[in-house]
Amino acid sequence: MTSCRVPNRGRVDRSKSVRFTYDGKTYHGLAGDTLASALLANGVHLMGRSFKYHRPRGVVSAGSDEPNALMGTSRGPGRFEPNTRATIQELRGGLEATSQNRWPSLAFDLGSVNDRLGSLFSAGFYYKTFMWPRAFWDRVYEPIIRNAAGLGVSPTEPDADRYASRFAHTDVLVIGAGPAGLAAALAAGRSGASVMIVDETTECGGSLLSEPSITIDGKPAWDWLAAATAELASLPNVTVKPRTTAIGYYHQNLVGLAQRLTDHLAAPPEGAPRERLWRVRAREVVLAQGALETPLVFDGNDRPGVMLAGAAQTYLHRYGVKVGDRPAIVTVHDSAWFAALDLAASGAKVAAIVDVRPTVDQALTNRARALGIETLLGHTVTGSSGRLRVKSLRVNRLENGRVGASRNLSCDAVLMCGGWTPSLHLFSHTKGSLCWDDKLQAFLPGKKTEAVHIAGAGRGLWGTAAALNDGATVGAQAARATGRQASAQTYTVSGDRIGSGVTVKELSTDRKPARAKAFIDFQNDVTAKDIRLAVREGMRSIEHVKRYTTNGMATDQGKMSNINGLMIASDALGKEPPQVGLTTFRPPYTPTTFGTFAGYHQGSTFELTRKTPIDPWAEAHGAAFEPVALWRRAWYFPKSGEDIHAAVGRECRATRASVGIFDASTLGKIEVVGPDAVTFMERMYINAWAKLGVGRCRYGLLLGEDGFIREDGVIGRLANDRFHVTTTTGGAALVLNVMEDYLQTEWPDLKVWLTSTTEQWAVIALQGPNARKLLEPFVEGLDISEAAFPHMSVATCKVAGFPARLFRVSFTGELGFEVNVAARRGRALWEKLWQAGQQYDICPYGTETMHVLRAEKGYIIVGQDTDGTLTPDDAGLSWAIGKAKPDFVGKRSLSRPDMVAKGRKQLVGLLTDDPKLVLQEGAQIVADPNVPKPMPMLGHVTSAYWSDAVGRSIALAVIADGRVRDGETLYIPMPDRTITARVVKNTVFYDPDGKRLSA
Amino acid sequence: MLLIRCPYCEQDLPELEFAYAGEAHIARPQDPSKLTDEEWRDYLFIRSNPRGHHFERWRHINGCARFFNAVRETVSDRFLLTYRAGEPRPDISGLTGGSE
Ligand SMILES: [Zn+2]
Repeated sequence: MTSCRVPNRGRVDRSKSVRFTYDGKTYHGLAGDTLASALLANGVHLMGRSFKYHRPRGVVSAGSDEPNALMGTSRGPGRFEPNTRATIQELRGGLEATSQNRWPSLAFDLGSVNDRLGSLFSAGFYYKTFMWPRAFWDRVYEPIIRNAAGLGVSPTEPDADRYASRFAHTDVLVIGAGPAGLAAALAAGRSGASVMIVDETTECGGSLLSEPSITIDGKPAWDWLAAATAELASLPNVTVKPRTTAIGYYHQNLVGLAQRLTDHLAAPPEGAPRERLWRVRAREVVLAQGALETPLVFDGNDRPGVMLAGAAQTYLHRYGVKVGDRPAIVTVHDSAWFAALDLAASGAKVAAIVDVRPTVDQALTNRARALGIETLLGHTVTGSSGRLRVKSLRVNRLENGRVGASRNLSCDAVLMCGGWTPSLHLFSHTKGSLCWDDKLQAFLPGKKTEAVHIAGAGRGLWGTAAALNDGATVGAQAARATGRQASAQTYTVSGDRIGSGVTVKELSTDRKPARAKAFIDFQNDVTAKDIRLAVREGMRSIEHVKRYTTNGMATDQGKMSNINGLMIASDALGKEPPQVGLTTFRPPYTPTTFGTFAGYHQGSTFELTRKTPIDPWAEAHGAAFEPVALWRRAWYFPKSGEDIHAAVGRECRATRASVGIFDASTLGKIEVVGPDAVTFMERMYINAWAKLGVGRCRYGLLLGEDGFIREDGVIGRLANDRFHVTTTTGGAALVLNVMEDYLQTEWPDLKVWLTSTTEQWAVIALQGPNARKLLEPFVEGLDISEAAFPHMSVATCKVAGFPARLFRVSFTGELGFEVNVAARRGRALWEKLWQAGQQYDICPYGTETMHVLRAEKGYIIVGQDTDGTLTPDDAGLSWAIGKAKPDFVGKRSLSRPDMVAKGRKQLVGLLTDDPKLVLQEGAQIVADPNVPKPMPMLGHVTSAYWSDAVGRSIALAVIADGRVRDGETLYIPMPDRTITARVVKNTVFYDPDGKRLSA
Repeated sequence: MLLIRCPYCEQDLPELEFAYAGEAHIARPQDPSKLTDEEWRDYLFIRSNPRGHHFERWRHINGCARFFNAVRETVSDRFLLTYRAGEPRPDISGLTGGSE
């Protein structure tokens, strides 16, 4: 393989060879290379296939705006990444890269037939080509498009890497470490302000790394750079972060940074995070992101070997790589002339400099001609040749606006420059306005919304001297804004390459424009004629043009295509560019891994898992678990060979036959205390509390002001001024929030204190006819006989020697107790009850059995049997309302017309005609299954179980006018059949008289 | 992520610590039973939803847990000021900070 490495140039380490593979073939690069520069050094230009037409593509840029050189990179299982930009990925030993979007091989790709069928894939092809026939969409078009869509291949394995995240605060955050950013960081840093300066590449320097020939304050550029970075490193108040991309700029100077930590290392330390997301809150932000070079739009501007002139400069000076031996230059800006001069000085034979402008600074033309370079001013480019690498360029003289005769220039690279665009993506994230500058033919930053300063090329100041001096001024300004004394030093630069240029639309041609493959968005294969077609077909807004053509919608977010798209669209619309405007830039600035955003929130730390004190016992006894809110709850306790149905059936039978033990610790608990506690409870809950005696409990129902059920739970009165409120497992935070809201903002005069005690109490439920016999010997200081401690009693006592709050309550319909002890005693008490319960064949049960047992009794679960549209009456709970109370939260809504109207959905029971059939929860219910679809739906099934105790399936449902339909047969249409079921008004399926509660 | 000043903690703190709680200065009627259906509907559901200065409630849920009021500019998403629950609706005619 030919080496295109130039001696004595570049910042690569020639003593360190780095081995890597590309499409299975082994290559060698140098330490300091990017994947792209290493491939170019090996003479490899073909780096990918385009998305739509599968055209062969080479690298276009040398930075994060790269649209073509996207590759799959891997370092083993779970560590594959698609769409890695070869221009950003640092070369590391053993790097495995593969090209994308080709089959069977990059050089010979069958998908490129799309290129010949180009007319099928013009602008809006998604919307037009596949519209008809309708039936073809699902079976033919959609699968083909899905198969072809997207660059690269998504990894299928879980990401094996770790990711980190951190917050940081700084006085001044400088984004971009080119000359402007460095000068700003120095000025701010010297003032003593805390400064963070970040750059997305591997080292500071920016454009200086590609311009070693200039001198700053008498020093060669790279010596000055070394001194500047050394000074920054020596300042304790300055932090320099290379490999760190500012991806988003959010409110109040919060900037998101994505820092790459290990992708450049051949052997990352074990467990080291791959990337880190920083959330930096800065008092002042300096944007020193420079400018992006724009390509030129001409037929065949996408062949491998055609790239930005500035990129060629970077490859030459930063990496010591000559991108061609016979490069041709096509430009509308002076900057490309310097690329020609530098390449010529490095031994390349420049084919010609083609400049669309009729006149160019004579100093430049003189220098080019002195080096023997042919200069073609007032010329246009009308085509190119070469399949896997550009071979020639077709150029024509422009005469009075007419395209003259053509000639072919033989070349092996084309370096183009369509001008420079200030990089204002982050500024746009802040909704800062952009103003069109007619002289520069570019958008510049306008009105600011944040404490932000833009320095250098980002505000249209070209050249190193301007960047340095502006950076210093802005850096000092930022430091002063944070209260420091700061001044800006003045820099003297010699050899500065300040150029000027013009902005153009697609280049003029003598050929049929409709046949030209003149690309604007390389990655999405959008051409100049696509933009014009979109305008012809009625798109007027640039946002519509963007979506119709997909221009700027690729992973580079239009960094390369925006300005050309705008120039052509405004020409087609007959408007000035500022009237057309740019599309909105949104974060992230560059593609960012999901891992970076997820940070520590993956695997076991994705979400916290709350566990009760009894959880380890359940785990040791083989419980299956289910998540309930953030809790992990024991679902059922299968014995060997049992499935969920067998286990739940056994648990239900054992509980009703003797005694079951259940961990109810997850119940939400709130202590309501104070002289006004009763008043507060009276106002919050629908129930009457004033007459509830100390030592008694009541089922409480909480509404919203809209009158709908929000929460329920048993509430015990422990003293005149103290209530023990329970809530559902998932509703504890909501109830406390609602209570606090009323207490703090509506009734601040009430003397009441609310304390969450959910995690302070472990709660063990003993349910079943033998519950009292089991519990009684453990209880001290309390008579728990039926007479002394009837259903719905509460008292403090000691259980097994532990201070306890004992509730006589039941969520099963059986004689039941709930023992509350300090969380740390929960496990010990459970073990004691478990031991003593062996004589009664005690059975631990989980949430599934709890659900079945309560459904057999018609006890609702808020959130399952109610859905935020049920009133107490809808749920059959109007008996709970304290009728004499003048007011409570939601009371007024209960008399609104719609709340008392006929046709409301009411909670009822549903018994299938086939007793073995268990309905599906959520299934819809209709009166007549034979009417045409969509059938009028009466309601839906909310709970459905097999009930051993009843000997058949049972269900709860909400049905329009449900209670008056008692005995009516309704229908539940399912995909495979229609089920018939009978409505029963009484939702208590088991022990309707409640005799077992007091057994 | 916004920075929000808790008027009780007297600190600018990240939005993560706070929970939004709807429009401010909508007091619960003293005696709802005296309200017509239309008046009660307005209390329940009708909100101002302005383009501009919005008086709204926040709770420093992951901090001091207090409810407080704020004036936020809904276009720029900037806070003009925050103040304690129960304080009267402030005159903001002299304030400009929020509207960029
Ligand atoms: Zn606070």
